[in-house]
Amino acid sequence: MSALPSSRRGKPRVGLFVTCLVDLMRPSVGFAAVKLLEDAGCIVEAPVQTCCGQPAYNSGDRGTTRDLAMRMIETFQGFDYVVAPSGSCAGMIRKHYPELFEEDPNWRAKANALADKTFELTSFLVDVLGVTQVDATYHGAVTYHDSCSGLRELGVKPQPRMLLSSVRGLTLVEMNDSDVCCGFGGTFAVKYSDISASIVEAKARNVEATHAPTLLAGDLGCLMNMAGKLSRDGKPVKVRHVAEVLANMTHEPAIGLAKDAALKQNQS
Amino acid sequence: MTVHTTSPQFKQNAARALHDPQLQKALNNVKQGFIDKRQAAADKLPEFEALRDSARDIKNHTLEHLDLYLEAYEEKVKASGGHVHFARNADEAREIILNICRDAGAKTVTKGKSMISEEIGINHYLEANGIRPVETDLGEYIIQLRNELPSHIIAPAVHLNATQVEQDFRRVHTHLDAKRDLSEPVQLLTEARAVLRERFLAADVGITGANFLVAETGTSIIVTNEGNGDLTQILPKTHIVLASIEKLVPTLEDASQLLRVLARSATGQEMSVYTTFSTGPRRSGDADGPENYHVVMIDNGRSSMLGTSFEEMLRCIRCGACMNHCPVYHAVGGHAYGWVYPGPMGAVLTPSLIGVDKAGHLPNASTFCGRCESVCPVRIPLPKLMRHWREREFERHLTPASVRSGLRLWGFFAKRPALYRFATRAAMATLGFAGRQRGRFSWLPLAKGWTKHRDFPAPEGETFQARWQRERNRRAA
Ligand code: SF4
Repeated sequence: MSALPSSRRGKPRVGLFVTCLVDLMRPSVGFAAVKLLEDAGCIVEAPVQTCCGQPAYNSGDRGTTRDLAMRMIETFQGFDYVVAPSGSCAGMIRKHYPELFEEDPNWRAKANALADKTFELTSFLVDVLGVTQVDATYHGAVTYHDSCSGLRELGVKPQPRMLLSSVRGLTLVEMNDSDVCCGFGGTFAVKYSDISASIVEAKARNVEATHAPTLLAGDLGCLMNMAGKLSRDGKPVKVRHVAEVLANMTHEPAIGLAKDAALKQNQS
Repeated sequence: MTVHTTSPQFKQNAARALHDPQLQKALNNVKQGFIDKRQAAADKLPEFEALRDSARDIKNHTLEHLDLYLEAYEEKVKASGGHVHFARNADEAREIILNICRDAGAKTVTKGKSMISEEIGINHYLEANGIRPVETDLGEYIIQLRNELPSHIIAPAVHLNATQVEQDFRRVHTHLDAKRDLSEPVQLLTEARAVLRERFLAADVGITGANFLVAETGTSIIVTNEGNGDLTQILPKTHIVLASIEKLVPTLEDASQLLRVLARSATGQEMSVYTTFSTGPRRSGDADGPENYHVVMIDNGRSSMLGTSFEEMLRCIRCGACMNHCPVYHAVGGHAYGWVYPGPMGAVLTPSLIGVDKAGHLPNASTFCGRCESVCPVRIPLPKLMRHWREREFERHLTPASVRSGLRLWGFFAKRPALYRFATRAAMATLGFAGRQRGRFSWLPLAKGWTKHRDFPAPEGETFQARWQRERNRRAA
């Protein structure tokens, strides 16, 4: 393990687990998370990382999962906290790593230690750091989808709403069934795409019914699924990760929009 | 296994279901009806969550000492004048039942609602042996007329609408006036009642399931909303209780705790309309009851689940809450699962009972949203158990080759961070460049399942890790 500088002036040292999807698809979410964490007084590092192993875990490949989990445990062991802009990936570490190493005396304690200090972004800000407001402006109505793992594994529900309520100019319009799955489910969306499509269709209807021009959520997988469905159906709903709005970093086009299209939408 | 299974064709079944507008409409009722009612019932009872804990604990305790409770139960039934038969599998169970029916000289058998009877396919077997089985639960009666399996464990005909039922009644009840008015659901109900009344009176044997078997007293308990179970078990001379071995609970007190979560989880009722306890045959002085009382205890694969991670599934009290809350069930309905048990509980139980080689799709067709587990009254970790099936499939090389090789390739990179960064950087740059005009793709090779129904948002182009490194280097410089 490389020698990491220890906490300076009592500031918590946070390892950002950026998650594969944010790393590859939408790095701006990662930078929004960095800004939120730094604004809240953390020292943020993003060590070289790959994946928590969830795709392998949910496909039944325990061997690969364990290999990747061990790597994660080593990568992040020097930090005070590990924070991910995703309930699903944070849930993988918090809830499933302990289960994965339950019967492994060499790794159990390390897995539990990582689990205990790993958090989803909004719940870390609110529950651990006690943040109650952010310095951000976003004009218009938004609706919020509760992603399943964050909601049911980690209890993420009031935290994003509380932070959103402090954003100037923003009103939250709740959709029906905000806590019902969007049909993403990782590889499910590809393996059982017809069923997934039917589930996301119901979600899109609930989103539309709010007439909110913006849809937010805390997990990029769900966001890409919902954005992909809305854009396929020609619905002009802007879809963003909640961190982008909270960090006041909405300069990138919304998910699935091209830069010039985003410009046009913002003007209209 | 005699019940025909179409579980291996889950995908085709699902596709058909998704394109069946009548079914889709019916499934909306599941979405709307059950969920709010359950929530309201749970909210009204402050100790509901604590009751779920104790329900789980009661079942766990019983399963741990199942052999002892089975023996105790058997003794109590015998002491009350009844008979207990043990059946290892469906064949044995059917044989035992047929023999009891023959001994009773039965021509007609009435039946209360029982999932285990669906599991062992008793109706067809009796019919093939010249005995007429008549389902007396309205939903079961309807699907019997249609020669279908239930599509839901507590609402067997939930996939149908009133017009379909009317057509079936007109087709089968040919002794009634062809011009009668059946346009209102209540008229259908009245007609079914009248037809069933005759059957109740004519029946020689009544077969019921059991929600619980009480070891302390040798009692079997059923809950119904129609009262048909009572008539089934009281009117004929012989009553047969069919139950799988995990229906046991130690005491009446335990049973009443479980009853408090059962109806609330199922339909949002505090209690079902009828909760019926029966212990042995009619005693002298009893006003009614059967002369002969038989219990057929069926294993059919359960005992091999004991001591494995799937033992937890044996806590199931068949309330149906998991399917009522399942987005996949809402989308495709119960028949798509292709065997007796649908929804999340079926996705775990079916592979145990008919083999994961046949039912392999079921535990895979889940988003792991976790809503089932969040409502299960006995706190069965259904997603975790589905994952365990996926692990078994992976170990046994039942996972499709395309998935395996995809995983292998992805795992290869994910275990090598330097290579991963290099490869993803290049791939995202390409994808980002290709998608820069529209911001999304409507078609992508390797992701056809995705792009068939939705666009694939284009990546920003540079990966987070690349940009992070670049910015850190700049900051440091
Ligand atoms: S698994 Fe749980 S929720 Fe589903 S039917 Fe059984 S007891 Fe009810």
